[in-house]
Amino acid sequence: MAEQQLDARRLLCPMPVIKTQNRVRELERGDILTVTCTDPGALNDIPAWCRINGHEVLETRESGHDVLITLRVGEARSAL
Amino acid sequence: MSEVAPPPIQRRAIALVSGGLDSMLAVKVMQEQGVHVEGVNFFTGFCVEGHTHAIRKKDQDKDKRNNALWVAETLGIQLHIVDISEEYKDVVLNPKHGYGANLNPCLDCKIFMVNQATLMLNKARELAGEKGFDFIVTGEVVGQRPKSQRKETMPIISRESGADDRLLRPLSARNLPPTLPEREGWVDRERLHGFSGRNRKPQMALAKQFGLEEYAQPAGGCCFLTDESYSRKLTDLWTARNERRYELDDIMLLKVGRHIRPAPHYKLIISREEGENRFLEGYRYQFTSLTTASCPGPLALVDGTLENEEQRHQAAAIVARYSKGRGDDQVVVEMREPGGVARELTVTPAHPDDIPLAWNVG
Ligand code: SF4
Repeated sequence: MAEQQLDARRLLCPMPVIKTQNRVRELERGDILTVTCTDPGALNDIPAWCRINGHEVLETRESGHDVLITLRVGEARSAL
Repeated sequence: MSEVAPPPIQRRAIALVSGGLDSMLAVKVMQEQGVHVEGVNFFTGFCVEGHTHAIRKKDQDKDKRNNALWVAETLGIQLHIVDISEEYKDVVLNPKHGYGANLNPCLDCKIFMVNQATLMLNKARELAGEKGFDFIVTGEVVGQRPKSQRKETMPIISRESGADDRLLRPLSARNLPPTLPEREGWVDRERLHGFSGRNRKPQMALAKQFGLEEYAQPAGGCCFLTDESYSRKLTDLWTARNERRYELDDIMLLKVGRHIRPAPHYKLIISREEGENRFLEGYRYQFTSLTTASCPGPLALVDGTLENEEQRHQAAAIVARYSKGRGDDQVVVEMREPGGVARELTVTPAHPDDIPLAWNVG
């Protein structure tokens, strides 16, 4: 089970979501990913994307100008 | 003994989800017929979503949500967001079918997006067979948009995208020839719709019938290219560069600030409030920037080059004009190079008459 970091700072939504999605695609079920963003919109968008696609948000927190979102990868459900 | 019919195969569709009402309804109509739907949303760089809301303070009370994600969640479908910003440049720069009222290449854009969806469909079919997808759905309505959604253009989109009769428009299907999913009985044509024209009442009635009370109402179109002021800024960029091209940063920056071009070779991008300030801050390591040091004021980026002392003072005076010190005799402006080297310029703030309207690109 891997724990990984993704730097999505200085990107505007929806780019942090797209980066998250593309990284998650390479991960296995159960892996943990922490995404660091500067666009506060990511606090809404990444958890929404997780809910839709079956991944679990473990934690969201803010640190200075950064927002950090930690998620656990769920089962791959799509052929896309 | 009566024969038990095998359970029907659940058909699967990829839907283009923009975040607006029409694509939302199109998905819902399919779900009502038992079709499994997954959404795709394309990021072109010109989308109105998200960023602008996050940037401008005046928009902050509005929801910062991404509408496509919100639609997907409301309908309970998966959503795949695809970054097509690089390939999309060719659509914007060389649209075979031309532009709409502004720089919106709607017909080529639709063809491109449906083509991308078709490629995804083909690939999924190859990889997953039965678990792949059978057809594509869009929220297009005949006659709704002057250019891309005329009756004649519908078959052009089907044909040139390569989707052919695997492209179904549930809201307008009854005005169009039956497509593969209708002919095969995967969907019931009788329960599709025959909406046409610009009247939005049928969509609103259908939304109500589905119990969808809240939805985004995009004005004009789904992207900045339909915006007149935005198109003017993009044209100005191409004129100034003597070349029609852009990078993602360019088109992001066109969404922010006041753009003033005192000379063909340089433009100032001046923040109008705190949110834009923060946004432009992130570009200071790429651009020469100006801020007022002796009083509160905006942050400005220099897109291009200030060739001599006179131009540096001109730029500083314009920035001072938009600062709290605009009424002062002298304002100190700090000019910082991308590498971090900074110097101070003392200037008299420009008088409004010194900034001709023609310099204002939007
Ligand atoms: S408004 Fe923009 S995104 Fe929508 S079809 Fe036209 S060019 Fe494409």
